[in-house]
Amino acid sequence: MNSDSGSMARPKRGVPEGLWIRCPGCKASLFKKEVEAALNVCPECDHHFYMPAQGRIDQLLDEHSFEEWDTGLRSKDPLEFVDRIPYHQRLLAEEKKTGLPDAAVTGKGFIRGRPVVIGITDFAFMAGSMGSVVGEKLTRAAERATELKLPLIFVSGSGGGARMQEGILSLMQMAKVSAALARHDSSGGLYVCILTNPTMGGVAASWALQGDLTLAEPGALVGFAGKRTIWNTVRLELPEGFQTSEFLLQHGFVDRIVHRRDLRTEVARLIDYCEK
Amino acid sequence: MAISWLPFEKDIQDLESTLERLEAAGGGEGGAEEIRRIRRELTSLKRHKYSSLHPWEAVQICRHPDRPQTLDYVDLIFNEYVELHGDRAFGNDRALRTGFARLDDQKVLIVGHQKGHTLKERTECFYGCAHPEGYRKALAKMKLAAKFNVPVICLIDTPGAYPGIGAEERGQAQLIATSIFEMARVPTPIVCVVIGEGGSGGALGIGVGDRVSMLEHAYYSVISPEGCAGILWKVADEQTKPRAAASLRMTAKDLKRLGVIDEIIPEPLGGAHRDPREMGSTLKQYLRTHLRELGMLSKEDLLDHRFQKFRGMGVFDEVAATTNAD
Repeated sequence: MNSDSGSMARPKRGVPEGLWIRCPGCKASLFKKEVEAALNVCPECDHHFYMPAQGRIDQLLDEHSFEEWDTGLRSKDPLEFVDRIPYHQRLLAEEKKTGLPDAAVTGKGFIRGRPVVIGITDFAFMAGSMGSVVGEKLTRAAERATELKLPLIFVSGSGGGARMQEGILSLMQMAKVSAALARHDSSGGLYVCILTNPTMGGVAASWALQGDLTLAEPGALVGFAGKRTIWNTVRLELPEGFQTSEFLLQHGFVDRIVHRRDLRTEVARLIDYCEK
Repeated sequence: MAISWLPFEKDIQDLESTLERLEAAGGGEGGAEEIRRIRRELTSLKRHKYSSLHPWEAVQICRHPDRPQTLDYVDLIFNEYVELHGDRAFGNDRALRTGFARLDDQKVLIVGHQKGHTLKERTECFYGCAHPEGYRKALAKMKLAAKFNVPVICLIDTPGAYPGIGAEERGQAQLIATSIFEMARVPTPIVCVVIGEGGSGGALGIGVGDRVSMLEHAYYSVISPEGCAGILWKVADEQTKPRAAASLRMTAKDLKRLGVIDEIIPEPLGGAHRDPREMGSTLKQYLRTHLRELGMLSKEDLLDHRFQKFRGMGVFDEVAATTNAD
């Protein structure tokens, strides 16, 4: 739930069209090519822009090492849910917009020569929200990581939390993925989660915060309740930097904040420390 | 009857008061016949009404101020109750109660949301919205129970986990995540019953068990009807809230159909608050039966069945996989 967080979260759905873009962090006008070359990070202030799942794969994994899994999974509309448009139409529209059949991409690959199982949620597809397909893909990824005795890496970009359009079934995905992660843990497997902007609601309250290690990109919005929900409840001005990666680090919920360009190296190094 | 009526119960209320007047008048010639007729009509009206409630009407019943809560069931069902307070880290959440109790002779741990009945109690309990320390406490007591082979009963009744600044600072998402993760493998039987509101992550935070069931008029949802209405139609009002409640498929019947819950536990006619004693006895019977069943499983089978139960949840298609384009 907490779909309100998406609109409050300032994530950009991809670097906007055109040659120049404006950084929401430092307000600088930036040459788009330059930002792209810097992994969608502002060269002036290090503001981390949105990064699509494919971009994450390119950036984290060794070249051509990714083998994608479970590409045939498709969401259904068990609730016959209608928001502004029927859910089944929304799914088609999102697929057209993003080129993804749903919000998660999973598979196997190598990080600096180390084999890993990886799962990524992409904010562009319905705010990265978790319905049955996202839950099933991540669960299968966790199960295969256990089977193959490989480190499991999830990258969360789920501002939408659990997907409202699949109702209670989305909530149950939280339990499903968690149960698979608990088995992975019991079997001695390593699980690292990388929090990116934004990670909210039911995703934050399940797999995103169940890692042996929790890393976060700088400035990511991470929390349980959306800002609007909190405002409606407490009517208090929210503190500066509330629910950011830095806020979570300060309160003890994140191991390290890692700049995007260093993620690959950091993850590889941590995998080495956790080898048996 | 002292219990307050809900707006949609107007017809029933009117007929009840007519009946009361007639009964007070003492019947007499023809009167007795009239009383019998009205009683019959009333029963059939109630049966019809309460078996075909609109989801929004069910929400109102499960939020009724007189609806029995965790501590009421503690009194109604259990022989003894030894409340255990505190999470050993920050505080003692009044919205989430934990304690040992005896069901007949069987030792159990009760974990349950408490909303409170009086205003003072409600304020203390944050209207049943637990903070991170509540989930930390619940998990710690569940692990204690598991250590000594005591089964756990979770009574779910929350509009949601508390959305506030302190809750976020203390890791609301983290503590719910940890609770769900650990409940998936706590090695003791866990029976969860949604007794009122099953509000999203706050409910699931104590909702991973070997059995998950709902009282007849309870709801269990990924988001409250108000929250959903606010997102879809910008305002949560008397038109949009019922639409959201219906769209979310959040009633006990819906969840049974979707394969999310095991059983619908019937409520007394008109809802649990109309006859808490009867509700207590039905719930007690349910708990006895399921604890007995679960008690016969080995730890290994218990945990394996629990895993498979949640593993199977979700509805999706699987088309022939396209080959990997790398």
